[in-house]
Amino acid sequence: MAEGDSELQDLYRDVLLDYFKSATHKGEIAEADIHSHGVNPVCGDEIKISASLTKDGGQESRRLARLRYTGHGCVISQASSAMMAEALEGLSVAEARELAGAFKSMMLRETTPEALPERLGEARAFEGVRKYPMRVKCATLAWNTLIEGLRAPPASAASTEFKEK
Amino acid sequence: MIDPAKIRKDFPILSRRVRGKPLVYLDNAATTQKPRAVIESLVSFYERHNANVHRGVHELSEEATNLVETTRAKVAALIGAKHSHCVIFTRNTTESINLVAHAWGRKFLKEGDEILLTELEHHSNLVPWQMIAQEKGVKLRFIPVAHDGTLDVDSARRLLSPRTKLIAFSALSNALGSVSPIEKILAMARSIGATTLIDAAQWAPHRPIDVRAWGCDFLAFSAHKMLGPTGIGVLYGKEEILDAMNPFLGGGDMIRQVFLDHSTYNVLPYKFEAGTPNIADAAAFDAAIDYLQGVGFDEIERHERALLGRALSVLGSMSEVEIYGPKDLDRQACLVSFNIAGLHPHDASTAIDLEGIAVRAGHHCCQPLMAKLKIPGTVRASFYLYNTLEEVDRLAVAVSKAARFFKKEEAIA
Repeated sequence: MAEGDSELQDLYRDVLLDYFKSATHKGEIAEADIHSHGVNPVCGDEIKISASLTKDGGQESRRLARLRYTGHGCVISQASSAMMAEALEGLSVAEARELAGAFKSMMLRETTPEALPERLGEARAFEGVRKYPMRVKCATLAWNTLIEGLRAPPASAASTEFKEK
Repeated sequence: MIDPAKIRKDFPILSRRVRGKPLVYLDNAATTQKPRAVIESLVSFYERHNANVHRGVHELSEEATNLVETTRAKVAALIGAKHSHCVIFTRNTTESINLVAHAWGRKFLKEGDEILLTELEHHSNLVPWQMIAQEKGVKLRFIPVAHDGTLDVDSARRLLSPRTKLIAFSALSNALGSVSPIEKILAMARSIGATTLIDAAQWAPHRPIDVRAWGCDFLAFSAHKMLGPTGIGVLYGKEEILDAMNPFLGGGDMIRQVFLDHSTYNVLPYKFEAGTPNIADAAAFDAAIDYLQGVGFDEIERHERALLGRALSVLGSMSEVEIYGPKDLDRQACLVSFNIAGLHPHDASTAIDLEGIAVRAGHHCCQPLMAKLKIPGTVRASFYLYNTLEEVDRLAVAVSKAARFFKKEEAIA
């Protein structure tokens, strides 16, 4: 195998490519409690996250009953969106926010991939992206967009915006 | 004939390795590398001549002033301007265009007026006009881009009206490399008495300019895209128009007399150069122009034609590659924009970067053009006098390797 190929394979690990191809969580929820729109002006990548919440309990303990994404972007941003939707669906708002924070910390090299909670085990495949600072934002776009969405009071069904700097 | 091997020796950075491989620099439309003469000129300025300009009466200040004015005269000669004082130094092309939008647009545009741009403009020749249009109630209209990236000037005639006060357009598209029908657009402007601005950011590094033959009212470009330092740009304007305009920024150097309640303004070009200018970079820009003229624009054009010809032929022969733009050496110059089927340009350019090859990926500050072409962006390889045919071939190998990798992984549909 050529040297360049091993670098490519380290960056685009099979898990990432599988998520990129997956359509399980692709889509938009019409009657969603959370709508959030994220843009990375550097590359023009765009993502829309929608989620419906369970009705029980206080705002922080309501669960992400369904979590979907649409948009266009590179393999890394699309794979990251798919993995996020799979990992966070079913969690409470507070738990989702915490895991999103953990993923971002890993991407920003504040923590190691090994330190990621078990629920985000697959996200360790993004380790290779950390070597390419210009691409880290591709991996974090969906997560930042969701965090923005979780900030708005779900009852208002307000639409939020995340803009990458 | 250009001998790239000889030229490359003048550019220290080109002997660098990137990702363990010899650097192939194909991002020249973003910025170019600097020859040793330019780097040495910067060092020499700070080591021997550093002082502020137009202020001190001391020897160093005089030397620094002379260096800046020497470059100004050289720029004027380079573009065929009648007077040095019609050459204004700015930070870059963007600032030059903003200067016109503010200092000319604020004074001369009225509600109901129209500005004619093109659909392929860089954001720097679009957003400043949007801002002034909103402020003044001016309407923007656009010369359409055909699917091959060329401007449809004939159909643009119906967009002209007595209200068209300005036609501003790029001479060479930074996103597709398509060459604009410069004379045709200028003739169209003359027929209705519209003021003209040429964005020559991509043109000036590669092709000769004669503002008097063209008869354009304004022309803007940047030093850093033509072997010069970053932070120095040029605005050329016709003397009578520059004289009639408002100043741009207020402050030192741009004034004649200052009273507590009002001021009178300096003569050209200083009326538009408020504050301490970018002295060192202006001085070093001189060495870049010397270098380009030493090689000669005819030679540069011949060499780039060969590079682009090879790129169009090797990339064009790959079934998985789609090339945008005219794909014709008489209507396209200096760069090639493409995508690998099914692959986002950022993934493609990361794979290409892993081979030590620097290309640009994305919308190239031309989001409306990308929207028109219905693509998120492209991979762009842009050439200059120090690039070689072997480098173009290395790009082709990297592109085919990337296509193979993602196909093998069946990541692409």
